[in-house]
Amino acid sequence: MSALGALIRRDIRIALRVGGGALIGVLFFLTVTVLMPFAVGPDLALLSRLGPAILWLGALLASLLTLDRLFTADHEDGSLDLIVMSRTPLELACAAKALAHWIAAGLPLIIATPVLGLLLNLDGTATLAVAATLLAGTPALTFTGMIGAALAVTLHRGGLLLAVLVLPLSIPVLIFGVAASQAAISGPLPFGTPFSILCALSLASLVIGPFAAAASLRHGLD
Amino acid sequence: MKLTETLTDLANPTRFLALTARILPWLAGVTAILLAIGLYQSAMAPDDYQQGATVKIMFIHVPNAWLSMFVWSVMSVAALGTLVWRHPLADVAAKAAAPIGAAFTFLALVTGSLWGRPMWGTYWEWDARLTSVLILFLMYLGLIALWRAVEDPSRAARAAAVLTLVGAINIPIIKFSVDWWNTLHQPASVMRMGGSTLDKAFLWPLLVMAIAFSLLFVTLHLAAMRNEILRRRVRSLQMMQASRVTFASEAGAGSRDGSAPKGAA
Repeated sequence: MSALGALIRRDIRIALRVGGGALIGVLFFLTVTVLMPFAVGPDLALLSRLGPAILWLGALLASLLTLDRLFTADHEDGSLDLIVMSRTPLELACAAKALAHWIAAGLPLIIATPVLGLLLNLDGTATLAVAATLLAGTPALTFTGMIGAALAVTLHRGGLLLAVLVLPLSIPVLIFGVAASQAAISGPLPFGTPFSILCALSLASLVIGPFAAAASLRHGLD
Repeated sequence: MKLTETLTDLANPTRFLALTARILPWLAGVTAILLAIGLYQSAMAPDDYQQGATVKIMFIHVPNAWLSMFVWSVMSVAALGTLVWRHPLADVAAKAAAPIGAAFTFLALVTGSLWGRPMWGTYWEWDARLTSVLILFLMYLGLIALWRAVEDPSRAARAAAVLTLVGAINIPIIKFSVDWWNTLHQPASVMRMGGSTLDKAFLWPLLVMAIAFSLLFVTLHLAAMRNEILRRRVRSLQMMQASRVTFASEAGAGSRDGSAPKGAA
């Protein structure tokens, strides 16, 4: 347990340090959100209608971009081999790494959401709804994305291949995340239904992600 | 027990090649005959009282849609074969199935949207069944991209196996999407509790077409597996020859240095 705690603390510290690059995800999130009004036009009514979708898409892309770092740096300096060989079950170590990655790269996105909501003319409830759905949904993005990150690191390929592999898996999260936010803002569906499916997706990926990632690391690294 | 013995026997690629060389012509023949019967029956089937002649698209659409899911299931079993039993032909089977499955999925999507235009008034609708099949198609393409991104086949096989098993979650979602969500796509009418709701005039051509398309898949799959095995042999022969040429030219360079003065003289 202490080993896992140490792993989480180490990963967060490395991610937040100079050269860690966790906070660059937030910057990317901000830039994508700022780009949107230029693409669809500065119509505030339209922006507030599209707002949840824009924020979700931005968060999805931002968390996808930072995923590359989940295993690559550790693979390059050799610590990934140590983690694979260590006595801690690899599945738990993968889960710990993903948790650390979510705290360092996913939480800042949610904290930034209220500010970006202002730019998109979202009112209080809407911002709160988007932030709540992101809080429930981004763990699913990180934990399913981890599978792609593990595959990419064993194949020595990242970038576009990772995106192509991970994005189809994240479509359900996007669907229910945006559906829950829209339900909270304009109805007619109750907020609870899509939100609980979103939570279920997160919980399921919490189980499946570490096992699949550990399997691909174990079979792939030799 | 018998099955495992047969599977172990087939682990020898040469034996597999010999066996498939004998089976394939027969399979191809039966497939062609069944396809001909099925197409004839489909053409002769009566028009539906609501859908008119467009109902005949279903005889192509439904088998393709079934196979799009069936092929992913075959690949999932093959993925287990790669990861758990390390069966040497499992990754060949998985790799050969991916493009065929993608083709069936693409045909299911295209025929479905061609049918949807006159019936639903739109080529595409973002409902649960259509979206989940589209995701399946994207995953097939991602899998093919993964196979093509890595040179070493065994390394690519293990990565693809993990991705295939993760993607298998989508299969039950596609199957039950019409029951879980209130969709535009109609619910299951052939394989359902309490018997088929289809009239016999439509059921028979559909079943014949389904069997014909399944046999088509088996034929194409075995042929593609043969090609893949032969392609790997060619690759290893080429690599052997390349290394021999390098070795020979290195050795030759040494001897040419010695013989050059003689040649000049």
